[in-house]
Amino acid sequence: MAADRTTSAEKAPDVHARQIAGLDALELGGAAGRPAGRLWSGVWGRLWPMLLAAGIVLALWQGVVWSGRWPEYVFAGPAETFGTLGERLSTPEYWQAVAVTMRRAVTGFAVSVLAGLVVGALVSRVRVLRAAFGSLITGLQTMPSIAWFPLAILLFGLTESAITFVVILGAAPSIANGLIAGVDYTPPILLRAGHVLGFRRLRLYLHVILPASLPSFLAGLKQGWAFAWRSLMAGELVVIIAHQSSLGERLYYDRELADSAGLLATMIVILVIGIGIDLLFETADGALRRRWGLRQARD
Amino acid sequence: MTAPLTERTAGETGDDQPSVLLDGVSKTYGQGRNAVPALDDVSLSVRRGEFVSLLGASGCGKSTLLSLVAGLDRPTAGRIDTRGGKIAMMFQEPALFPWLTVSANVEMALRVRGVARKERRARAAELLEIVHLGGFGARRPHELSGGMRQRVSLARALAQEADVLLMDEPFGALDAMTRDLLHDELERIWRERGLSVLFVTHNVREAVRLGDRVVLLSSRPGRVAEDFPVGIGRPRVIDSPAVAGLASTVTERLRQEVLRHGR
Ligand SMILES: Nc1ncnc2c1ncn2[C@@H]1O[C@H](COP(=O)(O)OP(=O)(O)OP(=O)(O)O)[C@@H](O)[C@H]1O
Ligand SMILES: [Mg+2]
Repeated sequence: MAADRTTSAEKAPDVHARQIAGLDALELGGAAGRPAGRLWSGVWGRLWPMLLAAGIVLALWQGVVWSGRWPEYVFAGPAETFGTLGERLSTPEYWQAVAVTMRRAVTGFAVSVLAGLVVGALVSRVRVLRAAFGSLITGLQTMPSIAWFPLAILLFGLTESAITFVVILGAAPSIANGLIAGVDYTPPILLRAGHVLGFRRLRLYLHVILPASLPSFLAGLKQGWAFAWRSLMAGELVVIIAHQSSLGERLYYDRELADSAGLLATMIVILVIGIGIDLLFETADGALRRRWGLRQARD
Repeated sequence: MTAPLTERTAGETGDDQPSVLLDGVSKTYGQGRNAVPALDDVSLSVRRGEFVSLLGASGCGKSTLLSLVAGLDRPTAGRIDTRGGKIAMMFQEPALFPWLTVSANVEMALRVRGVARKERRARAAELLEIVHLGGFGARRPHELSGGMRQRVSLARALAQEADVLLMDEPFGALDAMTRDLLHDELERIWRERGLSVLFVTHNVREAVRLGDRVVLLSSRPGRVAEDFPVGIGRPRVIDSPAVAGLASTVTERLRQEVLRHGR
Protein backbone atom coordinates (compact mmCIF):
# COMPACT_ATOMS: atom_id res chain seq x y z
CA MET A 1 0.00 0.00 0.00
CA ALA A 2 2.81 2.38 0.86
CA ALA A 3 4.53 1.52 -2.38
CA ASP A 4 1.35 2.18 -4.28
CA ARG A 5 1.11 5.62 -2.79
CA THR A 6 4.64 6.69 -3.63
CA THR A 7 4.41 5.68 -7.28
CA SER A 8 1.38 7.80 -7.89
CA ALA A 9 2.49 10.68 -5.70
CA GLU A 10 5.85 10.97 -7.38
CA LYS A 11 4.59 10.57 -10.90
CA ALA A 12 7.40 12.29 -12.77
CA PRO A 13 6.12 15.21 -14.83
CA ASP A 14 7.56 13.95 -18.08
CA VAL A 15 5.97 10.55 -17.60
CA HIS A 16 2.73 12.40 -17.13
CA ALA A 17 3.26 14.45 -20.26
CA ARG A 18 4.12 11.33 -22.24
CA GLN A 19 1.02 9.58 -21.00
CA ILE A 20 -1.10 12.51 -22.16
CA ALA A 21 0.70 12.62 -25.49
CA GLY A 22 0.07 8.90 -25.88
CA LEU A 23 -3.65 9.27 -25.27
CA ASP A 24 -3.80 12.20 -27.68
CA ALA A 25 -2.04 10.19 -30.38
CA LEU A 26 -4.48 7.33 -29.89
CA GLU A 27 -7.47 9.61 -30.09
CA LEU A 28 -6.22 11.30 -33.22
CA GLY A 29 -5.29 7.97 -34.79
CA GLY A 30 -8.25 7.87 -37.15
CA ALA A 31 -7.63 11.30 -38.59
CA ALA A 32 -4.66 10.48 -40.80
CA GLY A 33 -3.86 12.74 -43.77
CA ARG A 34 -5.84 12.35 -46.95
CA PRO A 35 -4.40 9.86 -49.41
CA ALA A 36 -2.70 11.18 -52.54
CA GLY A 37 -4.74 11.25 -55.74
CA ARG A 38 -7.84 12.16 -53.78
CA LEU A 39 -8.13 15.51 -55.51
CA TRP A 40 -8.31 14.03 -58.99
CA SER A 41 -10.76 11.34 -57.98
CA GLY A 42 -12.81 14.07 -56.29
CA VAL A 43 -12.95 16.15 -59.46
CA TRP A 44 -13.75 13.10 -61.58
CA GLY A 45 -16.37 11.99 -59.07
CA ARG A 46 -18.18 15.28 -59.53
CA LEU A 47 -17.56 15.55 -63.25
CA TRP A 48 -18.96 12.31 -64.55
CA PRO A 49 -22.52 12.74 -63.21
CA MET A 50 -22.57 16.18 -64.84
CA LEU A 51 -21.38 14.76 -68.14
CA LEU A 52 -23.94 12.01 -67.89
CA ALA A 53 -26.71 14.54 -67.25
CA ALA A 54 -25.56 16.66 -70.20
CA GLY A 55 -25.54 13.56 -72.40
CA ILE A 56 -29.10 12.63 -71.41
CA VAL A 57 -30.34 16.17 -72.03
CA LEU A 58 -28.71 16.24 -75.47
CA ALA A 59 -30.27 12.89 -76.36
CA LEU A 60 -33.73 14.08 -75.28
CA TRP A 61 -33.26 17.30 -77.20
CA GLN A 62 -32.29 15.44 -80.36
CA GLY A 63 -35.19 13.09 -79.85
CA VAL A 64 -37.70 15.95 -79.70
CA VAL A 65 -36.20 17.49 -82.85
CA TRP A 66 -36.42 14.14 -84.68
CA SER A 67 -39.99 13.65 -83.54
CA GLY A 68 -40.93 16.46 -85.97
CA ARG A 69 -43.26 18.22 -83.51
CA TRP A 70 -41.68 21.52 -84.59
CA PRO A 71 -40.02 22.28 -87.90
CA GLU A 72 -36.23 22.54 -87.73
CA TYR A 73 -36.18 26.34 -88.34
CA VAL A 74 -38.30 26.83 -85.20
CA PHE A 75 -36.52 24.38 -82.92
CA ALA A 76 -32.93 23.74 -83.94
CA GLY A 77 -31.14 20.52 -83.01
CA PRO A 78 -27.96 20.21 -80.94
CA ALA A 79 -25.63 19.92 -83.90
CA GLU A 80 -26.84 23.11 -85.57
CA THR A 81 -26.98 24.96 -82.25
CA PHE A 82 -23.42 24.09 -81.29
CA GLY A 83 -22.30 25.00 -84.76
CA THR A 84 -23.86 28.45 -84.37
CA LEU A 85 -22.41 28.72 -80.88
CA GLY A 86 -18.93 28.03 -82.26
CA GLU A 87 -19.40 30.65 -84.96
CA ARG A 88 -20.61 33.27 -82.52
CA LEU A 89 -17.85 32.59 -80.03
CA SER A 90 -15.32 33.27 -82.75
CA THR A 91 -16.58 36.83 -83.28
CA PRO A 92 -15.35 39.64 -80.99
CA GLU A 93 -18.84 41.23 -81.00
CA TYR A 94 -20.27 38.26 -79.17
CA TRP A 95 -17.56 38.41 -76.53
CA GLN A 96 -18.31 42.09 -76.13
CA ALA A 97 -21.95 41.25 -75.45
CA VAL A 98 -20.82 38.70 -72.84
CA ALA A 99 -18.50 41.29 -71.32
CA VAL A 100 -21.28 43.89 -71.06
CA THR A 101 -23.55 41.39 -69.33
CA MET A 102 -20.81 40.27 -66.96
CA ARG A 103 -19.89 43.82 -66.13
CA ARG A 104 -23.50 44.54 -65.22
CA ALA A 105 -23.71 41.35 -63.19
CA VAL A 106 -20.54 42.03 -61.24
CA THR A 107 -21.27 45.68 -60.47
CA GLY A 108 -24.89 44.95 -59.62
CA PHE A 109 -23.90 42.07 -57.37
CA ALA A 110 -21.12 44.06 -55.71
CA VAL A 111 -23.50 46.88 -54.85
CA SER A 112 -26.02 44.31 -53.64
CA VAL A 113 -23.45 42.77 -51.32
CA LEU A 114 -22.65 46.17 -49.90
CA ALA A 115 -26.29 47.10 -49.47
CA GLY A 116 -27.13 43.68 -48.05
CA LEU A 117 -24.28 43.89 -45.55
CA VAL A 118 -25.23 47.34 -44.33
CA VAL A 119 -28.94 46.62 -44.11
CA GLY A 120 -28.38 43.16 -42.61
CA ALA A 121 -25.95 44.49 -40.01
CA LEU A 122 -28.26 47.33 -39.00
CA VAL A 123 -31.40 45.25 -38.89
CA SER A 124 -29.76 42.43 -36.95
CA ARG A 125 -28.28 44.81 -34.41
CA VAL A 126 -30.91 47.47 -33.85
CA ARG A 127 -34.04 46.09 -32.29
CA VAL A 128 -36.38 48.80 -33.57
CA LEU A 129 -35.21 48.36 -37.14
CA ARG A 130 -35.59 44.64 -36.72
CA ALA A 131 -39.22 44.96 -35.73
CA ALA A 132 -39.86 47.41 -38.56
CA PHE A 133 -37.99 45.84 -41.45
CA GLY A 134 -37.38 42.20 -40.59
CA SER A 135 -40.45 40.80 -42.30
CA LEU A 136 -40.36 43.41 -45.06
CA ILE A 137 -36.97 42.08 -46.16
CA THR A 138 -38.26 38.53 -46.23
CA GLY A 139 -41.27 39.78 -48.17
CA LEU A 140 -39.08 41.51 -50.74
CA GLN A 141 -37.43 38.18 -51.49
CA THR A 142 -40.73 36.77 -52.70
CA MET A 143 -41.31 39.69 -55.10
CA PRO A 144 -40.66 38.58 -58.70
CA SER A 145 -38.00 40.93 -60.02
CA ILE A 146 -39.75 41.44 -63.36
CA ALA A 147 -42.49 43.24 -61.44
CA TRP A 148 -40.03 45.99 -60.56
CA PHE A 149 -39.26 46.93 -64.17
CA PRO A 150 -42.21 49.20 -64.93
CA LEU A 151 -41.27 51.32 -61.93
CA ALA A 152 -37.56 51.16 -62.73
CA ILE A 153 -38.17 52.31 -66.30
CA LEU A 154 -40.38 55.16 -65.10
CA LEU A 155 -37.66 56.24 -62.68
CA PHE A 156 -34.54 55.74 -64.77
CA GLY A 157 -35.78 55.43 -68.36
CA LEU A 158 -34.41 52.74 -70.66
CA THR A 159 -30.94 52.92 -69.15
CA GLU A 160 -28.48 50.64 -67.47
CA SER A 161 -29.43 52.23 -64.15
CA ALA A 162 -32.87 50.71 -64.48
CA ILE A 163 -31.33 47.24 -64.86
CA THR A 164 -28.91 47.74 -61.98
CA PHE A 165 -31.73 48.99 -59.78
CA VAL A 166 -33.69 45.81 -60.30
CA VAL A 167 -30.64 43.57 -59.92
CA ILE A 168 -29.93 45.16 -56.54
CA LEU A 169 -33.52 44.84 -55.40
CA GLY A 170 -33.43 41.19 -56.42
CA ALA A 171 -30.17 40.26 -54.72
CA ALA A 172 -29.77 42.50 -51.68
CA PRO A 173 -32.68 41.12 -49.62
CA SER A 174 -31.30 37.57 -49.84
CA ILE A 175 -27.87 38.74 -48.81
CA ALA A 176 -29.24 40.79 -45.91
CA ASN A 177 -31.41 37.89 -44.87
CA GLY A 178 -28.47 35.49 -44.88
CA LEU A 179 -26.62 37.75 -42.50
CA ILE A 180 -29.64 38.28 -40.26
CA ALA A 181 -30.32 34.55 -40.05
CA GLY A 182 -26.66 33.91 -39.24
CA VAL A 183 -26.76 36.45 -36.42
CA ASP A 184 -30.00 34.97 -35.08
CA TYR A 185 -28.66 31.46 -35.06
CA THR A 186 -25.31 32.20 -33.48
CA PRO A 187 -24.93 29.32 -31.01
CA PRO A 188 -25.74 30.72 -27.53
CA ILE A 189 -22.78 28.88 -26.06
CA LEU A 190 -20.41 30.92 -28.24
CA LEU A 191 -22.12 34.12 -27.13
CA ARG A 192 -21.66 33.09 -23.53
CA ALA A 193 -18.05 32.16 -24.13
CA GLY A 194 -17.45 35.53 -25.78
CA HIS A 195 -19.14 37.32 -22.91
CA VAL A 196 -17.07 35.50 -20.28
CA LEU A 197 -13.91 36.35 -22.21
CA GLY A 198 -14.88 39.99 -21.88
CA PHE A 199 -16.33 40.83 -25.29
CA ARG A 200 -19.33 43.16 -25.06
CA ARG A 201 -21.64 44.94 -27.48
CA LEU A 202 -19.88 46.00 -30.67
CA ARG A 203 -16.77 43.93 -29.95
CA LEU A 204 -18.89 40.87 -29.27
CA TYR A 205 -20.63 41.54 -32.57
CA LEU A 206 -17.41 41.93 -34.54
CA HIS A 207 -15.38 39.15 -32.97
CA VAL A 208 -18.01 36.53 -32.26
CA ILE A 209 -21.39 37.12 -33.88
CA LEU A 210 -20.24 38.15 -37.36
CA PRO A 211 -17.72 35.32 -37.81
CA ALA A 212 -20.25 32.85 -36.46
CA SER A 213 -22.76 33.92 -39.09
CA LEU A 214 -20.36 33.40 -41.98
CA PRO A 215 -21.85 30.10 -43.25
CA SER A 216 -25.33 31.57 -43.35
CA PHE A 217 -24.03 34.75 -44.97
CA LEU A 218 -22.35 32.67 -47.65
CA ALA A 219 -25.62 30.85 -48.33
CA GLY A 220 -27.27 34.26 -48.65
CA LEU A 221 -24.60 35.35 -51.14
CA LYS A 222 -25.20 32.28 -53.23
CA GLN A 223 -28.93 32.82 -53.32
CA GLY A 224 -28.39 36.53 -53.93
CA TRP A 225 -26.24 35.71 -56.95
CA ALA A 226 -28.97 33.48 -58.38
CA PHE A 227 -31.52 36.26 -58.00
CA ALA A 228 -29.12 38.84 -59.43
CA TRP A 229 -28.49 36.72 -62.50
CA ARG A 230 -32.18 36.13 -63.12
CA SER A 231 -33.06 39.80 -62.63
CA LEU A 232 -30.27 40.79 -64.99
CA MET A 233 -31.52 38.51 -67.76
CA ALA A 234 -35.08 39.77 -67.32
CA GLY A 235 -33.75 43.32 -67.40
CA GLU A 236 -31.73 42.86 -70.54
CA LEU A 237 -34.75 41.41 -72.31
CA VAL A 238 -36.95 44.32 -71.30
CA VAL A 239 -34.54 47.24 -71.38
CA ILE A 240 -32.82 47.25 -74.77
CA ILE A 241 -30.12 49.89 -74.93
CA ALA A 242 -28.97 50.95 -78.39
CA HIS A 243 -25.35 50.23 -79.37
CA GLN A 244 -24.79 48.12 -76.29
CA SER A 245 -25.16 44.50 -77.15
CA SER A 246 -25.66 42.11 -74.24
CA LEU A 247 -26.69 38.48 -73.79
CA GLY A 248 -30.31 39.36 -73.03
CA GLU A 249 -30.44 41.72 -75.97
CA ARG A 250 -29.09 38.88 -78.18
CA LEU A 251 -31.91 36.64 -77.01
CA TYR A 252 -34.41 39.36 -77.86
CA TYR A 253 -33.14 39.85 -81.41
CA ASP A 254 -32.72 36.13 -82.03
CA ARG A 255 -36.39 35.73 -81.28
CA GLU A 256 -37.28 38.73 -83.48
CA LEU A 257 -35.30 37.20 -86.34
CA ALA A 258 -36.56 33.69 -85.54
CA ASP A 259 -32.94 32.49 -85.31
CA SER A 260 -33.62 29.33 -83.37
CA ALA A 261 -30.05 28.03 -83.29
CA GLY A 262 -28.68 31.41 -82.20
CA LEU A 263 -31.29 31.70 -79.48
CA LEU A 264 -30.50 28.28 -78.07
CA ALA A 265 -26.75 28.98 -78.30
CA THR A 266 -27.12 32.12 -76.22
CA MET A 267 -29.29 30.28 -73.72
CA ILE A 268 -26.52 27.72 -73.32
CA VAL A 269 -24.01 30.50 -72.67
CA ILE A 270 -26.30 31.99 -70.00
CA LEU A 271 -26.75 28.60 -68.36
CA VAL A 272 -23.05 27.83 -68.36
CA ILE A 273 -22.14 31.18 -66.80
CA GLY A 274 -24.80 30.69 -64.13
CA ILE A 275 -23.59 27.19 -63.30
CA GLY A 276 -19.95 28.26 -63.33
CA ILE A 277 -20.46 31.01 -60.78
CA ASP A 278 -22.66 28.80 -58.66
CA LEU A 279 -19.81 26.29 -58.58
CA LEU A 280 -17.52 29.02 -57.26
CA PHE A 281 -19.88 29.62 -54.36
CA GLU A 282 -20.17 25.90 -53.79
CA THR A 283 -16.40 25.59 -53.62
CA ALA A 284 -16.15 28.46 -51.15
CA ASP A 285 -18.86 26.88 -49.03
CA GLY A 286 -17.11 23.51 -49.11
CA ALA A 287 -13.81 25.07 -48.07
CA LEU A 288 -15.52 26.85 -45.18
CA ARG A 289 -17.22 23.70 -44.01
CA ARG A 290 -13.97 21.80 -44.09
CA ARG A 291 -12.20 24.47 -42.09
CA TRP A 292 -14.95 24.57 -39.50
CA GLY A 293 -15.33 20.82 -39.32
CA LEU A 294 -18.97 20.99 -40.36
CA ARG A 295 -18.50 18.31 -42.96
CA GLN A 296 -18.28 14.59 -42.45
CA ALA A 297 -15.06 12.90 -43.50
CA ARG A 298 -16.86 10.98 -46.22
CA ASP A 299 -19.67 12.52 -48.14
CA MET B 1 -17.07 48.76 0.51
CA THR B 2 -18.69 45.91 2.41
CA ALA B 3 -18.58 44.83 6.00
CA PRO B 4 -16.28 41.80 5.74
CA LEU B 5 -13.71 43.85 3.87
CA THR B 6 -13.45 46.58 6.50
CA GLU B 7 -13.17 44.06 9.31
CA ARG B 8 -10.02 42.64 7.83
CA THR B 9 -6.92 43.82 9.63
CA ALA B 10 -4.03 45.11 7.62
CA GLY B 11 -1.49 42.45 8.47
CA GLU B 12 -3.79 39.51 7.88
CA THR B 13 -2.84 36.98 5.25
CA GLY B 14 -5.24 36.84 2.32
CA ASP B 15 -5.95 33.18 2.93
CA ASP B 16 -9.42 33.37 4.42
CA GLN B 17 -10.50 36.35 2.39
CA PRO B 18 -13.39 35.27 0.18
CA SER B 19 -12.90 35.89 -3.51
CA VAL B 20 -16.48 34.86 -4.26
CA LEU B 21 -19.30 35.57 -1.87
CA LEU B 22 -22.92 34.65 -2.42
CA ASP B 23 -25.30 36.05 0.13
CA GLY B 24 -28.90 34.88 0.13
CA VAL B 25 -28.93 34.44 -3.64
CA SER B 26 -32.16 33.35 -5.30
CA LYS B 27 -32.91 32.89 -8.95
CA THR B 28 -36.33 32.32 -10.45
CA TYR B 29 -36.76 31.77 -14.17
CA GLY B 30 -39.95 33.06 -15.73
CA GLN B 31 -42.78 34.83 -14.00
CA GLY B 32 -46.16 34.21 -12.44
CA ARG B 33 -47.54 30.72 -12.75
CA ASN B 34 -44.71 29.52 -14.99
CA ALA B 35 -42.01 30.60 -12.56
CA VAL B 36 -39.27 28.03 -11.99
CA PRO B 37 -37.36 28.59 -8.76
CA ALA B 38 -33.86 27.42 -9.66
CA LEU B 39 -31.97 28.68 -6.61
CA ASP B 40 -33.32 29.70 -3.24
CA ASP B 41 -31.41 31.61 -0.62
CA VAL B 42 -27.98 30.21 -1.39
CA SER B 43 -25.14 31.54 0.70
CA LEU B 44 -21.67 30.35 -0.15
CA SER B 45 -18.17 31.66 -0.15
CA VAL B 46 -14.97 30.63 -1.85
CA ARG B 47 -11.84 31.79 -0.13
CA ARG B 48 -8.94 33.04 -2.15
CA GLY B 49 -6.92 30.11 -3.43
CA GLU B 50 -9.58 27.64 -2.37
CA PHE B 51 -10.90 24.81 -4.51
CA VAL B 52 -14.61 24.27 -3.90
CA SER B 53 -16.50 21.41 -5.50
CA LEU B 54 -20.18 21.99 -6.06
CA LEU B 55 -22.22 18.85 -6.16
CA GLY B 56 -25.88 18.20 -6.78
CA ALA B 57 -28.41 16.17 -8.68
CA SER B 58 -29.27 17.05 -12.27
CA GLY B 59 -31.29 20.23 -12.60
CA CYS B 60 -30.62 21.49 -9.09
CA GLY B 61 -29.26 24.81 -10.32
CA LYS B 62 -25.51 24.32 -10.50
CA SER B 63 -25.13 25.85 -13.94
CA THR B 64 -27.46 28.64 -12.92
CA LEU B 65 -25.24 29.40 -9.96
CA LEU B 66 -22.12 29.60 -12.12
CA SER B 67 -23.88 31.82 -14.67
CA LEU B 68 -24.80 34.21 -11.90
CA VAL B 69 -21.26 34.34 -10.56
CA ALA B 70 -19.91 34.85 -14.10
CA GLY B 71 -22.31 37.75 -14.60
CA LEU B 72 -24.06 36.05 -17.52
CA ASP B 73 -27.34 36.41 -15.67
CA ARG B 74 -28.68 38.42 -12.72
CA PRO B 75 -29.98 36.99 -9.46
CA THR B 76 -33.62 37.60 -8.59
CA ALA B 77 -32.64 38.32 -5.01
CA GLY B 78 -29.52 38.41 -2.91
CA ARG B 79 -26.03 39.64 -3.48
CA ILE B 80 -23.00 38.29 -5.30
CA ASP B 81 -19.65 39.82 -4.56
CA THR B 82 -16.56 38.85 -6.50
CA ARG B 83 -14.42 41.61 -5.01
CA GLY B 84 -13.81 43.07 -8.43
CA GLY B 85 -11.73 40.02 -9.30
CA LYS B 86 -11.60 38.75 -12.84
CA ILE B 87 -13.61 35.67 -13.58
CA ALA B 88 -12.92 32.96 -16.12
CA MET B 89 -15.28 30.18 -16.97
CA MET B 90 -15.06 26.77 -18.59
CA PHE B 91 -18.29 25.35 -19.91
CA GLN B 92 -19.50 21.80 -20.11
CA GLU B 93 -18.71 21.88 -23.82
CA PRO B 94 -15.37 23.26 -24.99
CA ALA B 95 -17.19 26.26 -26.57
CA LEU B 96 -14.28 26.97 -28.90
CA PHE B 97 -14.71 29.26 -31.89
CA PRO B 98 -14.69 27.02 -34.97
CA TRP B 99 -13.42 29.74 -37.30
CA LEU B 100 -10.21 30.16 -35.33
CA THR B 101 -7.19 27.95 -34.92
CA VAL B 102 -6.43 26.47 -31.52
CA SER B 103 -3.86 29.16 -30.88
CA ALA B 104 -6.18 31.97 -32.01
CA ASN B 105 -8.87 30.62 -29.70
CA VAL B 106 -6.52 30.99 -26.75
CA GLU B 107 -5.49 34.40 -28.03
CA MET B 108 -9.08 35.65 -27.93
CA ALA B 109 -8.73 36.03 -24.18
CA LEU B 110 -5.72 38.29 -24.72
CA ARG B 111 -7.12 40.12 -27.70
CA VAL B 112 -9.96 41.54 -25.68
CA ARG B 113 -7.38 43.21 -23.44
CA GLY B 114 -5.54 44.69 -26.40
CA VAL B 115 -2.37 42.60 -26.05
CA ALA B 116 -0.16 43.02 -29.13
CA ARG B 117 -0.23 40.26 -31.70
CA LYS B 118 3.31 39.04 -31.21
CA GLU B 119 2.94 38.76 -27.47
CA ARG B 120 -0.41 37.03 -27.91
CA ARG B 121 1.25 34.37 -30.03
CA ALA B 122 3.95 33.77 -27.49
CA ARG B 123 1.59 33.63 -24.53
CA ALA B 124 -0.80 31.29 -26.29
CA ALA B 125 2.09 28.98 -27.15
CA GLU B 126 3.15 28.95 -23.49
CA LEU B 127 -0.34 28.17 -22.28
CA LEU B 128 -0.79 25.40 -24.82
CA GLU B 129 2.48 23.96 -23.57
CA ILE B 130 1.07 23.96 -20.05
CA VAL B 131 -1.92 21.88 -21.13
CA HIS B 132 0.41 19.62 -23.15
CA LEU B 133 -0.79 20.80 -26.53
CA GLY B 134 2.44 22.43 -27.60
CA GLY B 135 2.42 21.29 -31.22
CA PHE B 136 -1.27 21.81 -31.90
CA GLY B 137 -1.57 25.60 -32.11
CA ALA B 138 -2.14 25.64 -35.87
CA ARG B 139 -4.86 23.00 -35.82
CA ARG B 140 -8.57 23.66 -35.95
CA PRO B 141 -10.68 22.72 -32.93
CA HIS B 142 -12.57 20.03 -34.85
CA GLU B 143 -9.33 18.25 -35.60
CA LEU B 144 -8.77 17.53 -31.92
CA SER B 145 -10.32 14.95 -29.64
CA GLY B 146 -12.84 15.93 -26.96
CA GLY B 147 -10.27 15.83 -24.18
CA MET B 148 -7.85 17.95 -26.17
CA ARG B 149 -10.54 20.50 -26.89
CA GLN B 150 -11.36 20.75 -23.21
CA ARG B 151 -7.68 21.42 -22.56
CA VAL B 152 -7.70 24.20 -25.17
CA SER B 153 -10.70 25.58 -23.36
CA LEU B 154 -8.75 25.40 -20.11
CA ALA B 155 -5.79 27.18 -21.73
CA ARG B 156 -8.15 29.89 -22.94
CA ALA B 157 -9.58 30.30 -19.46
CA LEU B 158 -6.08 30.51 -18.01
CA ALA B 159 -5.16 33.15 -20.59
CA GLN B 160 -7.71 35.43 -18.97
CA GLU B 161 -5.46 35.55 -15.92
CA ALA B 162 -8.52 35.60 -13.78
CA ASP B 163 -8.59 35.31 -10.03
CA VAL B 164 -11.55 32.99 -10.07
CA LEU B 165 -12.04 30.01 -12.33
CA LEU B 166 -15.56 28.64 -12.71
CA MET B 167 -15.83 25.17 -14.19
CA ASP B 168 -19.14 23.62 -15.21
CA GLU B 169 -18.70 19.85 -15.43
CA PRO B 170 -15.66 20.36 -17.63
CA PHE B 171 -14.66 16.71 -17.72
CA GLY B 172 -18.11 15.16 -17.78
CA ALA B 173 -17.81 13.80 -21.30
CA LEU B 174 -14.32 12.36 -21.05
CA ASP B 175 -13.16 8.79 -20.51
CA ALA B 176 -11.90 7.92 -17.04
CA MET B 177 -8.22 7.78 -17.89
CA THR B 178 -8.12 11.16 -19.62
CA ARG B 179 -10.14 12.60 -16.78
CA ASP B 180 -7.72 11.36 -14.15
CA LEU B 181 -4.82 12.92 -16.00
CA LEU B 182 -6.68 16.20 -16.34
CA HIS B 183 -7.39 16.16 -12.61
CA ASP B 184 -3.66 16.03 -11.96
CA GLU B 185 -3.09 18.83 -14.44
CA LEU B 186 -5.82 21.00 -13.02
CA GLU B 187 -4.56 20.49 -9.49
CA ARG B 188 -1.05 21.45 -10.50
CA ILE B 189 -2.19 24.59 -12.35
CA TRP B 190 -4.51 25.60 -9.53
CA ARG B 191 -1.68 25.39 -7.01
CA GLU B 192 0.87 27.15 -9.17
CA ARG B 193 -1.43 30.03 -9.94
CA GLY B 194 -3.18 30.40 -6.61
CA LEU B 195 -6.58 30.34 -8.32
CA SER B 196 -9.90 30.21 -6.56
CA VAL B 197 -11.91 27.49 -8.21
CA LEU B 198 -15.60 26.71 -8.14
CA PHE B 199 -15.95 23.32 -9.77
CA VAL B 200 -19.33 21.87 -10.65
CA THR B 201 -19.73 18.16 -11.10
CA HIS B 202 -22.16 15.38 -10.41
CA ASN B 203 -19.42 12.85 -9.99
CA VAL B 204 -18.96 12.51 -6.22
CA ARG B 205 -15.49 11.05 -6.35
CA GLU B 206 -14.33 13.76 -8.68
CA ALA B 207 -15.68 16.34 -6.24
CA VAL B 208 -13.79 14.75 -3.33
CA ARG B 209 -10.65 14.16 -5.38
CA LEU B 210 -10.32 17.83 -6.25
CA GLY B 211 -12.04 19.95 -3.62
CA ASP B 212 -10.88 21.53 -0.40
CA ARG B 213 -14.58 21.50 0.34
CA VAL B 214 -17.51 19.74 -1.22
CA VAL B 215 -20.70 21.77 -1.18
CA LEU B 216 -23.84 19.75 -1.71
CA LEU B 217 -26.84 21.48 -3.25
CA SER B 218 -30.36 20.23 -2.70
CA SER B 219 -32.86 20.20 -5.54
CA ARG B 220 -35.91 22.26 -6.38
CA PRO B 221 -35.21 24.81 -5.38
CA GLY B 222 -31.43 24.61 -5.02
CA ARG B 223 -30.17 25.29 -1.52
CA VAL B 224 -26.93 24.48 0.23
CA ALA B 225 -27.72 21.14 1.87
CA GLU B 226 -24.35 20.43 3.38
CA ASP B 227 -20.77 21.59 3.29
CA PHE B 228 -18.17 18.83 3.67
CA PRO B 229 -14.58 19.79 4.45
CA VAL B 230 -12.14 17.44 2.70
CA GLY B 231 -9.27 16.79 5.05
CA ILE B 232 -7.34 14.48 2.76
CA GLY B 233 -3.75 15.43 1.97
CA ARG B 234 -2.69 16.19 -1.57
CA PRO B 235 -1.79 14.85 -4.03
CA ARG B 236 -4.82 12.63 -3.93
CA VAL B 237 -5.65 9.56 -5.94
CA ILE B 238 -9.22 9.17 -7.05
CA ASP B 239 -9.27 5.44 -6.26
CA SER B 240 -7.64 5.76 -2.86
CA PRO B 241 -9.57 4.48 0.17
CA ALA B 242 -9.62 7.93 1.74
CA VAL B 243 -11.30 9.53 -1.28
CA ALA B 244 -13.65 6.59 -1.70
CA GLY B 245 -14.60 6.70 1.99
CA LEU B 246 -15.60 10.33 2.03
CA ALA B 247 -17.26 9.92 -1.33
CA SER B 248 -19.56 7.23 0.04
CA THR B 249 -20.57 9.50 2.93
CA VAL B 250 -21.36 12.30 0.48
CA THR B 251 -23.20 9.89 -1.82
CA GLU B 252 -25.35 8.74 1.07
CA ARG B 253 -26.27 12.34 1.85
CA LEU B 254 -27.00 12.99 -1.84
CA ARG B 255 -29.21 9.92 -1.94
CA GLN B 256 -31.27 11.25 0.96
CA GLU B 257 -31.70 14.50 -0.98
CA VAL B 258 -32.92 12.66 -4.04
CA LEU B 259 -35.24 10.41 -2.00
CA ARG B 260 -36.87 13.47 -0.50
CA HIS B 261 -38.21 14.16 -3.98
CA GLY B 262 -39.28 10.60 -4.64
CA ARG B 263 -42.34 10.94 -2.49
N1 LIG C 1 -33.22 29.79 -19.17
C1 LIG C 1 -34.02 29.05 -18.38
N2 LIG C 1 -35.35 29.25 -18.39
C2 LIG C 1 -36.17 28.53 -17.59
N3 LIG C 1 -35.76 27.58 -16.74
C3 LIG C 1 -34.44 27.34 -16.68
C4 LIG C 1 -33.51 28.06 -17.49
N4 LIG C 1 -32.27 27.59 -17.22
C5 LIG C 1 -32.42 26.64 -16.29
N5 LIG C 1 -33.72 26.49 -15.94
C6 LIG C 1 -34.27 25.57 -14.92
O1 LIG C 1 -33.59 25.82 -13.72
C7 LIG C 1 -33.26 24.61 -13.07
C8 LIG C 1 -31.78 24.54 -12.82
O2 LIG C 1 -31.10 24.43 -14.05
P1 LIG C 1 -29.52 24.29 -14.15
O3 LIG C 1 -29.17 24.21 -15.58
O4 LIG C 1 -28.89 25.36 -13.36
O5 LIG C 1 -29.28 22.87 -13.46
P2 LIG C 1 -27.94 22.03 -13.30
O6 LIG C 1 -27.79 21.74 -11.86
O7 LIG C 1 -26.82 22.71 -13.96
O8 LIG C 1 -28.31 20.70 -14.06
P3 LIG C 1 -27.35 19.68 -14.84
O9 LIG C 1 -26.65 18.88 -13.79
O10 LIG C 1 -28.30 18.84 -15.62
O11 LIG C 1 -26.43 20.48 -15.68
C9 LIG C 1 -33.80 23.49 -13.93
O12 LIG C 1 -35.01 23.07 -13.39
C10 LIG C 1 -33.99 24.13 -15.28
O13 LIG C 1 -35.08 23.55 -15.92
MG1 LIG D 1 -25.58 22.20 -15.70
